[in-house]
Amino acid sequence: MWAYVIRRVLATIPVMAVVALFVFSLLYLAPGDPAAIIAGDQATPQDVERIRASLGLDRPYLVRFGAWVWDIAHGDLGTSIFTNLPVSRMIEQRIEPTLSLMVVTLILAISIAVPMGVVAAWKQGTIIDRAVMGFAVLGFSVPVFVVGYLLAYIFALELDWLPVQGYTPFERGIGPWFQNLILPAIALGGVYIALIARITRATMLEVLSQDYIRTARAKGAGQVSILFLHALKNAAVPIVTVIGIGIALLIGGAVVTESVFAIPGLGRLTVDAILRRDYPVIQGVVLLFSFVYVLVNLVIDLAYTLFDPRIRY
Amino acid sequence: MDRRSLFKAGIGASAIAAGGGFSAPALSQGAAARTLRFVPQANLANFDPIWGTQYVVRNAAAAVWDTLYGVDDKLEPQMQMVEADQVSADGLVWEFRLRPGLRFHDNTPVLAKDVVASIARWAPRDPMGQMLAAIQNDLVAVDDRSFRWSLKRPFPKMRFALGKNSTPMCFIMPERIAATNAFQQISEYVGSGPMRFVKDEWVPGAKAVFQKFDGYVSRQEPTSWLAGAKNILVDRVEWVVMPDPATASSALQNGEIDWWENPLPDLVPVLRRNRNLMVDIADPLGNIGSFRMNHLHAPFNDVRVRRAVMMAMSQEDYMRALVGDDTNLWKALPSFFTPGTASYTEVGGDILKGPRNLDGAKRLLAEAGYANQPVTCIVAQDQSITKAMGDVTADLLKRMGMNVDFVATDWGTTGQRRAMKNPPGQGGWSMFHTWHAGADCVNPAAYNALRGTGENAWFGWPTSTGVEAGIAEWYEAPSPAAEKAAMDKVNTAAMNDVVYAPTGFFLSYTSWRRNVTGIQKGPLPFFWGVSKT
Repeated sequence: MWAYVIRRVLATIPVMAVVALFVFSLLYLAPGDPAAIIAGDQATPQDVERIRASLGLDRPYLVRFGAWVWDIAHGDLGTSIFTNLPVSRMIEQRIEPTLSLMVVTLILAISIAVPMGVVAAWKQGTIIDRAVMGFAVLGFSVPVFVVGYLLAYIFALELDWLPVQGYTPFERGIGPWFQNLILPAIALGGVYIALIARITRATMLEVLSQDYIRTARAKGAGQVSILFLHALKNAAVPIVTVIGIGIALLIGGAVVTESVFAIPGLGRLTVDAILRRDYPVIQGVVLLFSFVYVLVNLVIDLAYTLFDPRIRY
Repeated sequence: MDRRSLFKAGIGASAIAAGGGFSAPALSQGAAARTLRFVPQANLANFDPIWGTQYVVRNAAAAVWDTLYGVDDKLEPQMQMVEADQVSADGLVWEFRLRPGLRFHDNTPVLAKDVVASIARWAPRDPMGQMLAAIQNDLVAVDDRSFRWSLKRPFPKMRFALGKNSTPMCFIMPERIAATNAFQQISEYVGSGPMRFVKDEWVPGAKAVFQKFDGYVSRQEPTSWLAGAKNILVDRVEWVVMPDPATASSALQNGEIDWWENPLPDLVPVLRRNRNLMVDIADPLGNIGSFRMNHLHAPFNDVRVRRAVMMAMSQEDYMRALVGDDTNLWKALPSFFTPGTASYTEVGGDILKGPRNLDGAKRLLAEAGYANQPVTCIVAQDQSITKAMGDVTADLLKRMGMNVDFVATDWGTTGQRRAMKNPPGQGGWSMFHTWHAGADCVNPAAYNALRGTGENAWFGWPTSTGVEAGIAEWYEAPSPAAEKAAMDKVNTAAMNDVVYAPTGFFLSYTSWRRNVTGIQKGPLPFFWGVSKT
């Protein structure tokens, strides 16, 4: 298996190279001018041109791309055009809030969605099943920002239980850290819960109709044991796959969630950088996201072996 | 204890029990009272007020760097770092003496050589600075506290140039930092003002922190905008960037922030209903909305077409689209200048007064031979101001019978495209929307958008000899009456040539919690004199 892991990790290099080329080219072709934004609304065209030259934005495509790739090969993601700070430092400043939000959302979503899906499958056709599926449709349909505003209004403004916005670093204590993440995680987790619950239900329904489940029942196994030991374990592979795919969904949703709850994470960094055309930051963050996504896929592939002993690498 | 409190207490106790080992909140009550949490108008993405001239950078920089002069609430420049000045009888030699005891944030003294270097970096980026540089003989430090500026021609607006609040302001930095090229960004932020920038806590896009600088020697005169005493009454000011106005509104109501610089007009009724909050006009100098037509290409290279648009446009439509039905927030503006200021003039502004004349506009278009050329109208959708104005303009042009090519884009793209001089069909443009801070439009000094210097003018490249003659007259004006007469001429010429189309004058609100006092109305947020209990 280790050979497989090493092969997969090495395979990320060409993937990242393609992503790098694609992102750089796309940004090069996209309209917009950071120099005009920096210079401000009162600047003359001559000022804008001088700033553009000072930033090296007047250099040819190949020269700029070559310089960027050279820097990356030396572990340097570059320097933000606007802040004059290293991109790596800006990512470092922002990674903890995003990671925290995603981890809490993931735990919350899995711990709610999987039991929901299992129960819905068990009680197929009953009001419980319909309620779960109704919730799933709602989770898919209502945008994250609407859920976010509603939660903030009810739990922060009206009830005053939780803060409206912000992020408290983990080092300042788990309580303040968690307090700031509850509402964003619920808002972001809605779609994710819906997705996992639906897949869990569908897969469980298929598994519950298998012969070995009937055999387990005939042997006198309890309902909980049948559902969670015999059925769920065998339904796990598609569920884990969806959880993995859903991480991309989380990354996209984090952009909106971080804006609504003013969390200083990577999602907001990305949006700000795109709006300002801060090319080194956009390139750095997209590379990071694609790397994370490749790694998540690897972890998911490895996780299959835990649930299905027939899978070997 | 009522039912709600009991419920809250129960939930709180459960949460603490579940969490176990919860630590204390980050700020004690005393520390919280000494920290002012402020939501700025935009993200502080860089912190070089000469390199980046966005208003938000200027606003933060004004707390960190001091200026030689500072304008007061009457827009009169008052001495700030300067203790005394003297101008020769022929107006050609200015001598300045700095106040004693001035220190930078690294505790080194502010010397005349630092001032000379700071002026040299500021001048190439500022319209008035460029004028001064063009007539400069020399600018030298005479001793540690004195410097002299020799000119080839008199420049009566010297104090205003060094103390104005429009960007870029002439901030004083240490010589080693000010030696940086004006078109390259500084990376060391050693200020001369009442607050210190805490670089280590800066998270661009999220947070910026400013601490009181104990070594600052304040003036003793009463505080008035950028003039007089600059006493900082809190220990820290934290700028919390909130991209979502609804979140900022909730955070202010919930007491998580203390002061929100510019709430959306839509949210103001909600804020007004909260008895813990104050809402007031932020800046009496407000803003002037505008759209600029491209004077280089058809159809707007014909002044009759530009006049037709002015004749038909309704400033009320623009302002209602922009700020809603709150009539306290806007007024029609038959002028290019900021209403309510000493030299304000409406002379020559008749084309924007009275009932709008759509039929007359159509006739004028026909007379100009408008041949249904597409009007490429660039509208940045990510700025609420430009989006609202763009929608009104598109409707106006269609009603006039013009062929509108509506380009919905973002501000970043607008910034790039407006600089292109190609014809509209080849990547260029016909019109774009923007707005100007009223503080920049009180007179022609910092008013780039009004210049009529053709290819060298601001985007749209208008040519207006009348405007340029009027501006030259204003600079030479020996008295306020002469300045006013010159501005009458500028306004008339700018209206005749339609340098740009003013869409109206609008104000914005600011809101803060009642336990915060000392907030001044002005063109930027002033943190001196502000306290929190």
